[in-house]
Amino acid sequence: MEKSILELENISKSFSGVEVLHNVSFSLSPGQVHAILGENGAGKSTLIKIITGYHQPNSGKILLENEPVYFQDTRSSRMAGIAAIYQELSLFPDLDVAENIFIGRHPLKVGRSVEWRKLYEESGKLLASLGIDLDLKQKARNLSIAQQQIVEIARAFSINARILIMDEPTSSLTLNEVEELFRLVKNLREKGTAIIFISHRLEELFQLADCVTVLRDGSYIGTRDMKDVSREELIQMMVGRPISSQYPKTNSCVEDVLLRVENLSQDGVFTDISFELHCGEILGMAGLVGAGRTEVARVLFGVEQPTNGKICVDGNEVTIKSPQEAIRLGISYVPEDRGLHGLIPDMNISSNISLPLLESFTKHGWINTREERNSTFASARQMEVRAKHIWQLAKELSGGNQQKVVLAKWLSTKPRILILDEPTRGIDVGTKAAVHHLMNELAAEGIGILMISSELPEILGMSDRVVVMREGHLTEILDRNQATQEKIITAATLDIEKEKIQ
Amino acid sequence: MKTKPITSKLTASEAVKNILWELIRMREISTSIIILVLAFSITLRAPSFLSANNILNIMMNISILIIVALAQAMVIITRGIDLSVSSIIGLVGMMVGFILRLYPETPIVFVVFLGMLLGSILGSFNGLIITFGNVPPIIATLGTLSIYRGLVFFYSQGTWVNSYELPISIKLLSKGTPLGVPNLILIAILIALIASYFLKYTRTGRDIYAVGSNPDAAHYAGVRLNRIKFLVYLISGLLSGLAAVLWVSRFESAQTNSALGFELQTVTAAVVGGVSTSGGVGSVPGVLLGALLLGIIQNSLNLIRISAFWQLAAQGLLILFAVISDKAITERVRRIRK
Amino acid sequence: MNSRSASNSGKDISEFPEKKSFLSIFKRWESVLVILLVMVVIVNTNLSPYFLNKNNLSRTSSDFMEIGLMMLPMVIIIITGNIDLSVASTMGMSASLMGLLHNYGVNIWIAAAAGLLLGTLGGALNGYLIGRTKLPALVVTLGTYAFYRGLAYGFLGDQAARNYPADFTFIGQGKIAGTLIPIPVVIFILFAIVFALVLHKTSFGRYLYSIGNNEDATRYSGVPVNKIIFRIYLLSGLISAIAGLILAARFGSTRPDNGTGLELSVITAAVLGGVDIDGGKGTLYGATLSLLLIGLLRFGMGLLNIQGQVQSTVIGLLLIVSILFPQIAGAVAAFRNSYTKKKILLAILGFLLVYIAFFVFFFWSRAPIVNII
Repeated sequence: MEKSILELENISKSFSGVEVLHNVSFSLSPGQVHAILGENGAGKSTLIKIITGYHQPNSGKILLENEPVYFQDTRSSRMAGIAAIYQELSLFPDLDVAENIFIGRHPLKVGRSVEWRKLYEESGKLLASLGIDLDLKQKARNLSIAQQQIVEIARAFSINARILIMDEPTSSLTLNEVEELFRLVKNLREKGTAIIFISHRLEELFQLADCVTVLRDGSYIGTRDMKDVSREELIQMMVGRPISSQYPKTNSCVEDVLLRVENLSQDGVFTDISFELHCGEILGMAGLVGAGRTEVARVLFGVEQPTNGKICVDGNEVTIKSPQEAIRLGISYVPEDRGLHGLIPDMNISSNISLPLLESFTKHGWINTREERNSTFASARQMEVRAKHIWQLAKELSGGNQQKVVLAKWLSTKPRILILDEPTRGIDVGTKAAVHHLMNELAAEGIGILMISSELPEILGMSDRVVVMREGHLTEILDRNQATQEKIITAATLDIEKEKIQ
Repeated sequence: MKTKPITSKLTASEAVKNILWELIRMREISTSIIILVLAFSITLRAPSFLSANNILNIMMNISILIIVALAQAMVIITRGIDLSVSSIIGLVGMMVGFILRLYPETPIVFVVFLGMLLGSILGSFNGLIITFGNVPPIIATLGTLSIYRGLVFFYSQGTWVNSYELPISIKLLSKGTPLGVPNLILIAILIALIASYFLKYTRTGRDIYAVGSNPDAAHYAGVRLNRIKFLVYLISGLLSGLAAVLWVSRFESAQTNSALGFELQTVTAAVVGGVSTSGGVGSVPGVLLGALLLGIIQNSLNLIRISAFWQLAAQGLLILFAVISDKAITERVRRIRK
Repeated sequence: MNSRSASNSGKDISEFPEKKSFLSIFKRWESVLVILLVMVVIVNTNLSPYFLNKNNLSRTSSDFMEIGLMMLPMVIIIITGNIDLSVASTMGMSASLMGLLHNYGVNIWIAAAAGLLLGTLGGALNGYLIGRTKLPALVVTLGTYAFYRGLAYGFLGDQAARNYPADFTFIGQGKIAGTLIPIPVVIFILFAIVFALVLHKTSFGRYLYSIGNNEDATRYSGVPVNKIIFRIYLLSGLISAIAGLILAARFGSTRPDNGTGLELSVITAAVLGGVDIDGGKGTLYGATLSLLLIGLLRFGMGLLNIQGQVQSTVIGLLLIVSILFPQIAGAVAAFRNSYTKKKILLAILGFLLVYIAFFVFFFWSRAPIVNII
């Protein structure tokens, strides 16, 4: 094809004797959107970190415009024109938009002093050229996630990055915002920037990417042109085996109402939410990020308090003032961000699993460690957690195994109502299937599951009924056979204001 | 161009949000209001409060505090803290006192530079162990607080340098009024101006905010984290060294317990002035106002004949009040935000 | 999340860990402390015949029991990722109230109870602001550090409280019948045992480590985090008050500045004992060892006529070195892999020269005066 701007040849990398990348080669051309695909642990982020200089390869070469280069830190790769946008956004919450774009490179006047007027002028021009309208003096902490991402892109633009790396940029974006993002990316592509795009969402890759490189277990599997490859082929390359049915569905019992929510509101966050959760039912909660689903879940779990409305468990009205009370009522919540809210990283697997139930292993506060160990061991075994032993620290596990530990933890509380918030986000396809299987098993046992998910295929495939939220309102409740992608999207993007006027 | 979906979210609650955000930015304004209200009520009780003499008194009292509080603010902005400033003032003060006693004809300018140099060296040690030693700032400066104060005792063997042993030149440094106003106040103003310029108009100054706001992002953006962190502790030492010379000048002595407990006041002035311990936030005017508020309280308690013994309690209440009201305001804004 | 998992994927979980090597015991910080302790004893015994004297040890051990007592809740607080700078001020405040009441003729035991109550209230204020209102611990306890000490001064002014009855001072000055063991030491040991058991064997203790490691996740796991944090500050206030009473009993009098600066010693003892200031790590065993270490070190230095302030210098140095020391291996490795070796060496040289010059100046400038003294 055209001459390449970046070449990685036979890159290998090991950490403490464990090989993470093995002879990986990769080629990137200017004006190309090149996707990298692979399960968790495949080595994608290590590869990226080598390109940006965060890590150094143990062997292999990196060629930038056919010149061998060596990046000893992220600074040097930046100087060479490589910009990266990670999932963890790297903006400065206390600085304003303009400064966020220009940090480290403020325009200077003759006497080496910052020329603020020019700063605002330049950033204004930049945003305008990208078709964005943001208040330059707004502090970054006040921006929505999508807006923050835009600022990051603007920053990459302003340093005339020759290579832009985007790591899972769409996981927190609404459909509209994703479209915006794609528009910008295509804009950049036209200007000749080379873009590396990492995403789990195959649909996006088909929309945006020119070609895709697949990694599996640290090895290079292959590169394909997006027009010449199919979804199944990609999955097979990623996983190494065909995954038959992605969303197994079995019948369930739908009798009693486990949970009823009536006109639930939290001032400024959500209003008038009413729905029912039946025994053995999987109720999907769809909606864009920011619709308020997690907030509803947090209220149900007692982390936050509602300002209005009723919650009834098993027909009895309850007030849930703390997670403790929720657990006592049989409600468990598996949070969205397992790293942040799900696990205690420096504690071992056993302690993590037993945490919500620790009191049951104690007598007058004294922990019976043998009982605890036996119980947690059984739970971990059941969930097929893969680790060296039960005393391994949670932070040392892979993403998929961490999620399994979190699930084990909550399942051991024998919940009757299980709230799962984005249960398969950032998880490899193999574990994903296992989690879905588990959900169906639980539902078959009569547990009511409230599943919050931003992945439409998951919502459509797993739910018995679907509840759609939009900007704090409940816009639609659909039965499984009624639900289609279009209907859900319509309900999720409904213009609330217009509806009110009418 | 379809940019509406992203920005329309802003316009919806924009009005309400912006008003409350103004409230935040008005931290300096709200502190000013408190100062005005306080000054007014005190004057009612003790009219001498607003006399030129008293105001001058207050200014003199807070000048050294301003200098060191500005340094402390910079350190806190980077998410650190420097508890050793008081000991640096004590140690450098004693060494400077000894030199002046031995060589009274030393030009004052030289003495000032000597003080700043010694202070910088002591501050650089803090910087080293915090950046390259990875010692958490509170522990590092807690350690040097003891070490430096101990060195004062060792140095002077427990003795002091008294007023009659010091040349007039040093005493004039702070109290002379060649320009009509005592030098001390002018020096404080000068430092404040320099600090203001530094923090607002130099890249390094902006980097300090960046490091405190999001250290990882700063690193990615190419900011040299260690360099910036080292620098703020160096500056803290330098300004403490300057403060040491001024302390000896103002109090006409170098004592083994000079400035004991002073670090608390510098942190108070900074925190009351809007500097946040979570980093990335703070301004020079804020610190000035914080120091002023502190000074007014100290002064007014004397005027209203409240025993000096309640001074410390008042300071403590001030910090608590500042921190609580801060939280109350942020809570309100957060509710609107999401 | 990271690449270590590659080696674990596919291996089923086993119940028991691999055999821990015997040597790993030595890698623990507590072992380093034991070694240091032994060294201190050996060196000091050689330097002074009075070191291992039973009477001396008995007498000096009381000196540290206030610090030791306050260290117990401090360890717990730091493990949760917080801090309490107000302990010594609470101590002073409680003792001052007691002294004030006693000066007005109130029965000493009632006055003591009032002191305890006040201390507990002080802790409650901290606990409320930090635990419920979620304000930053550093700044809040900085505020109460000043506020409570201020109250102490407010209560007693420039007076002192004196003439405590003998059965009260027994608490501070008495010994267990027939032995040389001072009562304060006994009190400390009792509390220390209870704290150690709670921290390491109960669910409450587990929650503390959990909070220090990841407060949010702990909250989401149904643990009443706010309540726990409130309680530990409450406890800290109470224990500080107890320490204040013991101090007053020991001295036989109370002044409002009693205990000023002790919080630094308390924190130093905890951190030196291996309690990580960022939370989630540390043992009571290590903290007690470090208390012993500091105590013996100061005692030994006192015997050698080294001044109190200079002793503090040594302790401060010990604190910093104790944190730097584990870094050395990593630093050397980083140096070996670095590409700017020359620059680093030059920088090290530069700093060394500057510090040497500083000390040269230090000794030179004090020489004339020191000779006169």
